[in-house]
Amino acid sequence: MNKERLERYSLTGPESQAAVAAGLSGGDWFRSAVPRKRMKELMRRSDYPAIRDTIIWLGLMGLFAGLGIAFWGSWWAAPFFLAYGLLYGSTSDSRWHEAGHGTAFRTRWIDQGLYQLASFMIMRDPTTWRWSHTRHHTDTLILGRDPEIAVMRPARLARLLVNVVGLVDVPLAFALMFRHAAGRLTADEADYVPASERHKVYRTARIDLAIYAVTIGLAVGFRSWLPVLLIGGPRLYGALLLYFYSFTQHAGMGENVLDYRLNTRTVTMCRLNRFLYWNMNYHVEHHMFPMVPYHRLPELHEEVKTDLAPAYPSIWAAYKEIIPAVWRQLRDQTYYVRRELPPGAAPYYQPGAINDGRALPLPVVSTGASAA
Amino acid sequence: MASWIAACGVDDVDPEDVIPFSHDGVDYAIYRSPGDEYYATDGHCTHEKTLLCDGLVMGRVIECPKHNGRFDYVSGKALGAPVLEDVRTYPVKVANGTVFIEVG
Repeated sequence: MNKERLERYSLTGPESQAAVAAGLSGGDWFRSAVPRKRMKELMRRSDYPAIRDTIIWLGLMGLFAGLGIAFWGSWWAAPFFLAYGLLYGSTSDSRWHEAGHGTAFRTRWIDQGLYQLASFMIMRDPTTWRWSHTRHHTDTLILGRDPEIAVMRPARLARLLVNVVGLVDVPLAFALMFRHAAGRLTADEADYVPASERHKVYRTARIDLAIYAVTIGLAVGFRSWLPVLLIGGPRLYGALLLYFYSFTQHAGMGENVLDYRLNTRTVTMCRLNRFLYWNMNYHVEHHMFPMVPYHRLPELHEEVKTDLAPAYPSIWAAYKEIIPAVWRQLRDQTYYVRRELPPGAAPYYQPGAINDGRALPLPVVSTGASAA
Repeated sequence: MASWIAACGVDDVDPEDVIPFSHDGVDYAIYRSPGDEYYATDGHCTHEKTLLCDGLVMGRVIECPKHNGRFDYVSGKALGAPVLEDVRTYPVKVANGTVFIEVG
């Protein structure tokens, strides 16, 4: 089962060619109609909100790290390191994401600076993941095309569970760093990273490995876990929120569809969670219009909500649907969550008979070559 | 053979904005800079077939609405990943309140 499942989701397997042949790759996706003038207002960049939020974010990390160090040697340090770890190991994901889209700031170099910092913290190569996420937006949950499908059908449950403390992602990140530092990519990465960009991957891996080598050297030299708790370690002990938030995006929803309302969720979250997640709870809206900055997504939601199924009222409400759906998909891979649209909404966009969300096997095309 | 085609009126496009224009089945993007100068490029991003007219104009930069691919719409130069190929530009002239682009 595992080999078959991985082959279906592989970017170099038969599903990739089949998705291209079926017109699912690079498809024409449904987007709600928003007047151009309003869309220009929503897309407009500003430095202020993200500078404010980033100062708060970095300030809180500095504060919690300082208190953790001050109480080092007693259990009082634990809650401060936990808070620091969650900010470092979980919320760097949303900063990585927003800065990667280039929408966080108006000033380009600040945006790219945050992107590099957050990429290091979340242990993602900034180049390969930029291209991976570009593909994710082109071919969202298209089998054989989207490299960022977090929850497969059937789900790899054991892997998902141990990964809430980074036990899959972190070893994988280091394996990739060593591979990249040696000047090599994986087959999937080679599918979406252009040759002209690859030297950046190799250079970054060597720099990152050097930073981690110094961190470990300091830990050994001072005979203290402190350096590792501050750099790198939070990706393990602080990773919980990363997955807690991100599984709400697509888990259990339709695959091989061309309508974000069929494969993506928008979840209502409180102000604190929206700060930590940088408004990525408005995920349908983000996929429809990825150039709208995070701080304008609540307004975008108001513009398009008449086309969407009602937002989930809470994270808990989303998980009440996700957990049974993923559980059912363990034995029935044709099952998926399909929500009713409100009266008056544009109907679901399903141009082909095959892309109804069940992810039925696509007809395999004869050419065995992988995508260029 | 190259020819000048009337694309739009000067007031059809706002300052620091872009509008679409199609001719003979080909899509173009017509820009008005913050300084009220007019420019034209191919209608689609060179990364994927996304219409640039839905993107955001900032100064002399057009951002693709899909993946944030950025071009200098004056020179056509691609300004970094995920766009690695320049976008084609077209000569533009303004006469009697009409914007013309040279195609062909």
